[in-house]
Amino acid sequence: MANRVAIVGIGQTTHSGRRPYVNDGELIYDAVTKALADADLSINDMESVMSGNMDLFEGHHLNDAMLNLYSGAAGKPGFKMNTGGTVGSMMAIQGWYHVASGLFDLVLVIGWEKHDEGLVTPAISTITDPAVDRPFLVGAIGGLATVSVAYMQRSGCKLEHAAMVRANASQAAARNPNAHMREIYSVEEVMNARMVMYPLNLLMCCPTSLGATALILASESKAKKICKKPVWMKDHVTVHVEYGGAQFGIGEKRWTSHMEAGAKLFKRNNITKPMVETQVFEMYDPMAFAIPMWLEDFLICEPNEGWKLVEKGALKLEGEYPVSPSGGVLCTNSIGDSAILRVAEAALQIRGDAGEHQVTREVKQALASGFGGSYWSDLLLLSKTKD
Amino acid sequence: MAGRVGIVAASMTKFEAAKPYQHLMDLVVEVTDKVVEAAGINLKDDVEAVISCSQDHWDGRTISSMPIPDAVCSHLKDESKVAGDGAYAVLYGAMHILSGDNKLVLVVSHCEESITDGTMIENWSIDHIFHRMLGLDYTMGAAMQAKRYMDKYKLTPEQFAKVVVKNKGNARKNQYAQEAMDLTIEQVLKSKMLADPITELQKKPVSDGACAMILANEEVAKKLTPHPVWITGVGNYYEAHNPGDRDLVECAALIKAAQKAYKMAGIGNPAKDIDLVELSEYYAPQELLWTEGLGLCGRGEGGKLIDSGKTQLKGELPVNPSGGLLSGIPVTVAGMTRVAEAVWQLQGIAGEHQVQGARRAIAHGCGGLCGQMHCVLVLEKGGK
Repeated sequence: MANRVAIVGIGQTTHSGRRPYVNDGELIYDAVTKALADADLSINDMESVMSGNMDLFEGHHLNDAMLNLYSGAAGKPGFKMNTGGTVGSMMAIQGWYHVASGLFDLVLVIGWEKHDEGLVTPAISTITDPAVDRPFLVGAIGGLATVSVAYMQRSGCKLEHAAMVRANASQAAARNPNAHMREIYSVEEVMNARMVMYPLNLLMCCPTSLGATALILASESKAKKICKKPVWMKDHVTVHVEYGGAQFGIGEKRWTSHMEAGAKLFKRNNITKPMVETQVFEMYDPMAFAIPMWLEDFLICEPNEGWKLVEKGALKLEGEYPVSPSGGVLCTNSIGDSAILRVAEAALQIRGDAGEHQVTREVKQALASGFGGSYWSDLLLLSKTKD
Repeated sequence: MAGRVGIVAASMTKFEAAKPYQHLMDLVVEVTDKVVEAAGINLKDDVEAVISCSQDHWDGRTISSMPIPDAVCSHLKDESKVAGDGAYAVLYGAMHILSGDNKLVLVVSHCEESITDGTMIENWSIDHIFHRMLGLDYTMGAAMQAKRYMDKYKLTPEQFAKVVVKNKGNARKNQYAQEAMDLTIEQVLKSKMLADPITELQKKPVSDGACAMILANEEVAKKLTPHPVWITGVGNYYEAHNPGDRDLVECAALIKAAQKAYKMAGIGNPAKDIDLVELSEYYAPQELLWTEGLGLCGRGEGGKLIDSGKTQLKGELPVNPSGGLLSGIPVTVAGMTRVAEAVWQLQGIAGEHQVQGARRAIAHGCGGLCGQMHCVLVLEKGGK
């Protein structure tokens, strides 16, 4: 049986589109310093320091080693992981394995990205096979537009619902001082934005941001000593699927990575009513259709019901099941940091420390997800209590 | 360690200067097929999680693990990628087992160095504000390190050359090795000068290949093989990045990693308690330096150790009986092949370069400029 693992420190930078006067190391240092201050610990207390991002966005090879004076990893154990968009949630999971294995008691994990130092879509376009489909240079949006259209056809979801999602997200981000795009948009304004790739217009796509998030994870014995409000990492599931057209789960027998992740996580934790037994979901929502579509895919609501929940306003910050009350990836997307930020924001909701964007219902358990690669899925269950 | 992690089986491709006729994923499929057969398991049903190891820059592909699920048949399964040396992937696999989350995992690593310019990639790993524009690469770093070694501990180029003669000589007995050569010290020293004192033969050649391994918890490992190899100690550390912030021949991170691993494995005197070592010498002088860092001889005595002949294949403490990295192993895959070679030695199936009666081995992986990060694993057979 694995050792229990708790989040005892949370730090995040402010997020924005450009910060030419801050380098990537300083960005990491900012998040680490805030996490240490939050836990009231020193970098000397950390037994291992791990950082992750996607190498080709900034163009640094082995950047965990290169920036280790900023992260605090110099002279300490640690290694880098990179799983694409899920790298942030993978950092939290990597930290979990470090502690759950019994090899470490107190570790620091960092996810970061500085998108103003490179071009995102050209870098993302190299995810495809050089011999097969790289010449199409689709970036991330090709696949996401495809699944969005499929969702609209299958479920009855309309463009207006995606616009409602984005308008809701803008309301939430406006209350989150660390979010990147904090402008408030009406449904009409979202509908009128420039089309990028049907059905996704500019506002329905996530921006390119920069930022870093650091989490301090502790074993049960350490957590009790150093923290009044530990947030327990109760469970996590990683589901990857092969690269190729089939990954999108288009067709009658849809069974996507998100479905597998939701099914596994809820079964293992005896969760039968996810919208009751978890009270908030910080979802990795890279485009506006993600929230209704993936609520269905994670088996949180019934098929074709997601957009109806949007219509009812149920997913708003003060709604019956708030999704991405921080504004989500739709308003802040520093890729290597995006998924760990979901974990951080979900943990803040459990602690009741989310500030102005704290949800109105009491949060005992929260979900956080990561998304990336060829439709890969990480799903984490956080809890106020350890059992 | 809380429980025991067993290595059930390992596999490698033949390493070659270029494999233009094989896609990167062909390499992964090849080693996965081999290791699954060696372990006697079913890839689809028995492997719970896959830990891959590759690097975006070397593959020229954002998310270099993108095609991995296809190659390892991990549809809707746990797969994650370590972006560093392969030894760390083995360590992460061990964590999966120790946490109790998985009973059996596949660890796999691939790289085709021939498809890109390694010098450029090495330069991109160097601090971009102060040092990158100097054009530094790892060969220049290794040369600085070797010069410092010669200056501080009075080692000689001949001693460095002996490492090459030994390792490329050992490679003659290794069917997977890329460059098996019968060399003299003079030939090594007279090969093309890259960065004084590193000559061409003292640098690991460009290489393509892959490596895979099956890790399992004690119960499963014992069921699958009569010869499981146990990971009994692990240690991994970074040192500062800036070469000016560290003494390049004091290998502080390696010393810490080794000490931690030895403590975990209950090793008091590594020079006596260890039967063989497979380490990551990207450049010949590094083998001598790493033997010091691993505590196999005193500080500054790496030269004496190679002179003594102890580290030869038939010596008391063979170092790199497989031929080491100098015989040609790609970066990223490197550390995992060290573990795999040590596993085969302990299982008694290393082939012609078998070290007789080996019971305990060290496998070492490292990465970065002048070996900025090190991972040490202690492997043992038998025991309770």
